[in-house]
Amino acid sequence: MSAEPKAILMKGNEAAAEGAIAGGCRYFFGYPITPQNEIPHYMAEHMPQVGGVYLQAESEVAAINMVFGAASTGARVMTSSSGPGIALMQEGLSYMIGARVPCLVVNVCRGGPGLGNIGTSQSDYWMATRGGGHGDGRCITFAPATVQEQYDLCYESFDVAERYRHPVMILSEAALGQMMEPVFVRPRGEAPKDEKPWALGGRRGGRNRRVINSLYAQPDDLARENRVLAELYEQVTREQVRWSEKGDDDPEVLIVAFGIPARCSETAMERAAASGVRTRLVRPISLFPFPHEPIRRWAKVAPHTLVVEGSIGQMVDDVRMAVGDQSKVSLLPVLGGLLTTPEEIAHEIQRVYEEGGRAP
Amino acid sequence: MPETQPPVEIPEGMEVVATRPRALTDVPFTYCPGCTHGTIHRLIAEVIDELGLDDRTVAIAPVGCAVWIYEFYALDAIQVPHGRAPAVGTGIKRASPDTMVFTYQGDGDLAGIGLAEVTHAAARGENLTCFFINNAVYGMTQGQMAPTTLPGQKTTTSPRGRDIARDGHPIRVCELLSTLDGATYVERVMVTDPKAIRHAKRAIRRAFEVQMEGRGFSLVEFLSICPTWWGKKPDEAVEWLRENMMPYYPLGVFKSAGQAGGEQAA
Repeated sequence: MSAEPKAILMKGNEAAAEGAIAGGCRYFFGYPITPQNEIPHYMAEHMPQVGGVYLQAESEVAAINMVFGAASTGARVMTSSSGPGIALMQEGLSYMIGARVPCLVVNVCRGGPGLGNIGTSQSDYWMATRGGGHGDGRCITFAPATVQEQYDLCYESFDVAERYRHPVMILSEAALGQMMEPVFVRPRGEAPKDEKPWALGGRRGGRNRRVINSLYAQPDDLARENRVLAELYEQVTREQVRWSEKGDDDPEVLIVAFGIPARCSETAMERAAASGVRTRLVRPISLFPFPHEPIRRWAKVAPHTLVVEGSIGQMVDDVRMAVGDQSKVSLLPVLGGLLTTPEEIAHEIQRVYEEGGRAP
Repeated sequence: MPETQPPVEIPEGMEVVATRPRALTDVPFTYCPGCTHGTIHRLIAEVIDELGLDDRTVAIAPVGCAVWIYEFYALDAIQVPHGRAPAVGTGIKRASPDTMVFTYQGDGDLAGIGLAEVTHAAARGENLTCFFINNAVYGMTQGQMAPTTLPGQKTTTSPRGRDIARDGHPIRVCELLSTLDGATYVERVMVTDPKAIRHAKRAIRRAFEVQMEGRGFSLVEFLSICPTWWGKKPDEAVEWLRENMMPYYPLGVFKSAGQAGGEQAA
């Protein structure tokens, strides 16, 4: 590939796959589920071209454990799925978090609970940000809003995962996986060659043995490891909180939205401005760690806070934690696998504005 | 931490005729009196020593009584979710094909919650080795009915004996896996007398050799005893195994070098 940046028209799912390959990923294990199938299709075609391995697992349960095994050798490894499959991966994720093994998991979110539907959704917010399975762990989670950002986050995620020796999840959504946009792609890179002092492969050269493990049978040992993880999450929070923001510096309505609903909100902000309502948008890019600070800062200014999200109300909990009683929080849920419209959001901005904000 | 053997002074006129295998650490086993895990652990370690594999082997620890094998083997090791060892092993082998990988799994782990993972690893001809410890009961969780619990066998969750009408039939893992084209070597052995132990060691060696030669999936099943949850003294447990388990789970090679068949153990 040329070193000159060039834009290629790509589907979001393909961009996720290419971004990961460019970021040094050489092993992909997965299981079919709509709406993420273009990722395994792309990997099956392209992994052999870069000397990597694509393997279709018998289930998402097996897929995440294949990821666990391959990643334990120090390789850059990923899987992708959608809600029902990600649910099956929670067990393996919890073990990888407990055993401190890095990987990338892409969730192209569909609607639920149960089989739900294959329409676009953000209703795995809780599973992502509270999840990583059972126990006292979290899952570092990033949410792209454009195909380019999907590419970039997948590209970068292996550096993040290895920095913290921890799984990273991309919480994408069906619409983003399926839509096409131009993407500036990088040359396909290799994983850094530096030795990972924890990676398995046998006691080569007579080195000391290594153990990857999440079992701490003694109470003191487990408590110590839980504290180590908590300190890790504090470090992750210091270093990885990401968001973008735009709009008026003196907003009357603060909008908080991530992913596609954030893009719909941007158009709605123009309509609100035309009808004389000043707005500002904070778009979380990292969902865990959550950007509490900018939301808190703008909520001090704006009497109204409107959350637009593709669920019955999940991120709104985090927004309420950030806002406290400084601003009156309203929710526009986007349900059923559909996209919202700028008109609908603009209407809601007008409604919360007229309803009155926080008590003086 | 290198788990080295403590230095021993050899008195004059004496010589060392037996040692702990290098592939084992000095950590004492955690098993109940009479349990056969310790024998099987040692046999695997001896074969690793003899084949010189300790510098390129990864042991995969299950969930169950044997979860602490990562403490017992002086090898790289990974502890994995219940039943998922063959999937984790698949990932290791695909990313690092020249690493030797063995799983060590009980009957609940391999034949219950992990039957899909071992079956598909075998079907893919995954180049790894599974050691399957069948003692017809869940040991670590207090003696519940296992997929291999025999008809009529009493456990803590089949207190009046396994009722086929209610609980269904036991699973014969070797017979099942030997139907798969991807399985290269499948044998059932036991370790309850010296002759059987010597034979079991040959089976372990053969399984590792299949993997060393890149010939695909190998599995050795060990009929084992659980005196604690069978409620028997060790010698009674051995007798019970001979009288009850061996007729249901016949010993022998069920698959070898791609040949299906019922070659019986000597």
